[in-house]
Amino acid sequence: MAQEVKDSPEITTSAKISFWYDPTKRAVIYQVVVLGIVGMVAYYLFSNTLANLERQNIATGFGFFTKEASFEIGESAIPYSAADTYGRALLVGVLNTIKVSFIGIILTVILGTFLGIARLSRNWLVAKLAGIYIEVMQDIPVLLQLVFWYAVFYDTFPSPRQALNPISGVFLCNRGMAFAVPEPHPVYGYMALALVIGCLAVWVLRRWAKKRQEKTGQIFPVVLISLAILLVLPLATWLLGGAPLKMNVPKLVGFNFEGGTTFSPEFAALLLGLVLYTAAFVAEIVRAGIQAISRGQVEAAMSMGLKPGQVLRLVILPQALRVIIPPLTSQMLNLTKNSTLAIAIGFPDFVSVANTTINQTGQAIEGVGMIMVVYLFFSLSTSGFMNWYNKRVALVER
Amino acid sequence: MRFLKVCAVVVAVALIATTSVAIAGETLDAVKKRGYLIAGVNGGVFGFSMPDDKGVWTGLDVDTARAIATAVFGDASKIKYVPLTAVQRLPALQAKEIDVLCRNTTQTLTRETANGLNFAHVNYYDGQGFLVSRKLGVKSARELQGATICVLPGTTTELNVADFFRANDMRWRPVVIESTPELSKAFFAGRCDVLTSDLSQLAAHRATSPNPADYVLLPEIISKEPLAPVVRHGDDQWYDIVNWTVMALLQAEELGINSNNVDMMLKSQNPRVQRFLGVIPGMGKALGLDDNWAYNIVKQVGNYSQIYEANVGVNTSLGIPRGLNDQWYKGGLMFAAPFR
Repeated sequence: MAQEVKDSPEITTSAKISFWYDPTKRAVIYQVVVLGIVGMVAYYLFSNTLANLERQNIATGFGFFTKEASFEIGESAIPYSAADTYGRALLVGVLNTIKVSFIGIILTVILGTFLGIARLSRNWLVAKLAGIYIEVMQDIPVLLQLVFWYAVFYDTFPSPRQALNPISGVFLCNRGMAFAVPEPHPVYGYMALALVIGCLAVWVLRRWAKKRQEKTGQIFPVVLISLAILLVLPLATWLLGGAPLKMNVPKLVGFNFEGGTTFSPEFAALLLGLVLYTAAFVAEIVRAGIQAISRGQVEAAMSMGLKPGQVLRLVILPQALRVIIPPLTSQMLNLTKNSTLAIAIGFPDFVSVANTTINQTGQAIEGVGMIMVVYLFFSLSTSGFMNWYNKRVALVER
Repeated sequence: MRFLKVCAVVVAVALIATTSVAIAGETLDAVKKRGYLIAGVNGGVFGFSMPDDKGVWTGLDVDTARAIATAVFGDASKIKYVPLTAVQRLPALQAKEIDVLCRNTTQTLTRETANGLNFAHVNYYDGQGFLVSRKLGVKSARELQGATICVLPGTTTELNVADFFRANDMRWRPVVIESTPELSKAFFAGRCDVLTSDLSQLAAHRATSPNPADYVLLPEIISKEPLAPVVRHGDDQWYDIVNWTVMALLQAEELGINSNNVDMMLKSQNPRVQRFLGVIPGMGKALGLDDNWAYNIVKQVGNYSQIYEANVGVNTSLGIPRGLNDQWYKGGLMFAAPFR
């Protein structure tokens, strides 16, 4: 074998083989040709589109970014008014999409894990309830679920003037949930700083505890001490800073509540619909991951004297995660992409704002291109992060 | 040999890509070849365009579209309706998914220029207003500080209301839902304090609501909304056909021709009537249509007054008086250019 390979260069360099019949050169030529065709098709589509737009006198380019948007947006994470630019309006949309996707993904993973484990429970009732939930939620289209939750919010809750007030400072009505937030105070900044320092301390502590355990076999109660550090540090800062207690309580002024913070029915319905739907899929993924681990692993761990909690934490989960992460990533992407259904229930996500922009400027191609780029970016960064995490938890073969 | 074949393919692709930049197909030819007109309409505004309980489309905009189909085919039934949301409507027209848009669309400078569209003669003069629940006790739009307002996205309405509140230095909060029926449902369920739209649409929403008497229109009219059929830039003949179809509806009313007397009117000695109905030929030809196009429109669809009274007039549940939409000689704005 080795001998033949060694011989081959002589054959190709011999004059008998013409240029066209040299497999290596031919492969290169084919690739260049394919690339050329792809490029030409792209150019054709691009130039054809431009020509058509020009013929219809439709404006092109991204000049509209700096023009005044002159439409209002219902909710925004940054200050925005109709006098701001289209660029800022689109940024508001991007931030709204990030907000609902980020919170949604976290809640979905928590709820999904819980449901997945519940479905494997030895308790008959718990297992059946989880099973019914998963089957029902998976089988109803998410758009219907969104419309349903939205209707529930505006149909069942009273008008602002008869708002429910379940606990002091919280008001529930068909304009959403308004609740009190602390008045801005410099101490809160220091508290956040204390929390960051606490996190760093916990990280150092964990490394130290692990090293000590490896050396001496002594187990340090890391979890309890960590929790204590994370709680005590910010709390101490708050007390030192004079313990400010002033709250910004929502008040009914005219038509609506002013002050505090409000979760709109649109946001709540979108979040609830997406989380409840996607969690059903995540639950099945978690169940599959846990069931993928052979029973022998558990038995072996127990025979080594590990407690059930330790079996789950040290043996089952690390192995289950390898199975869970890749499909979980795709569910996260699904949730982000499904958040575009917000348009049906009036939450101003990126697609909703971009659609309005398209309509007011008439520049559909730029708008749709922008939507594609933004969601591509969301998806690639989510899956990039999850791939990195997957590599970390993947089985290291020795 | 293979290489030559590959070369030939590349050259062919290059030829296709460089030479076949699309050339405008005449809309009229495309419509005739297809055998029916595709009209973009609103799916949920009673009186303008909405399918009834038997699935038959009715309304002022629908009748305008039927008149266009009649002008082309001599048959009002050769038409397909595509219900579009406010956001979808203009891209759908630009992308040639529809031949004409009859969907209470306001004529604006941007739409006629940057959006590459042309508006035909107005088929309904409207203005924007506010609908509120009687319970709120609001008497004027200037009392709407802090209100939550339901509004359709992608409309001039959305911009006008933002302008109005900015001009009066008041805060408000929009709830924008793309589907008209969903938006109306949210408003009547109490999600918003105010529903804003063109007055005609507000009247339609109120008429189809569970308790019409519980809602009042505020006195302010904050905009001018000339609603007209829309076509793409670049096909003047098609624009002429759509434009003059609307004018034909108006002209028939002005000449006193309606669907009941149109056959009798064929014998009229009035040259204006004769020219209009094609007894004296020439008008239809000039548009690229049959000379009896206007006769067919009046015979099958009616004149403007008939369409108006059947869909939105005082004897319907909308009960909107002619007002601005009356003929010019009765104090309205409807003014057809001469047919000659």
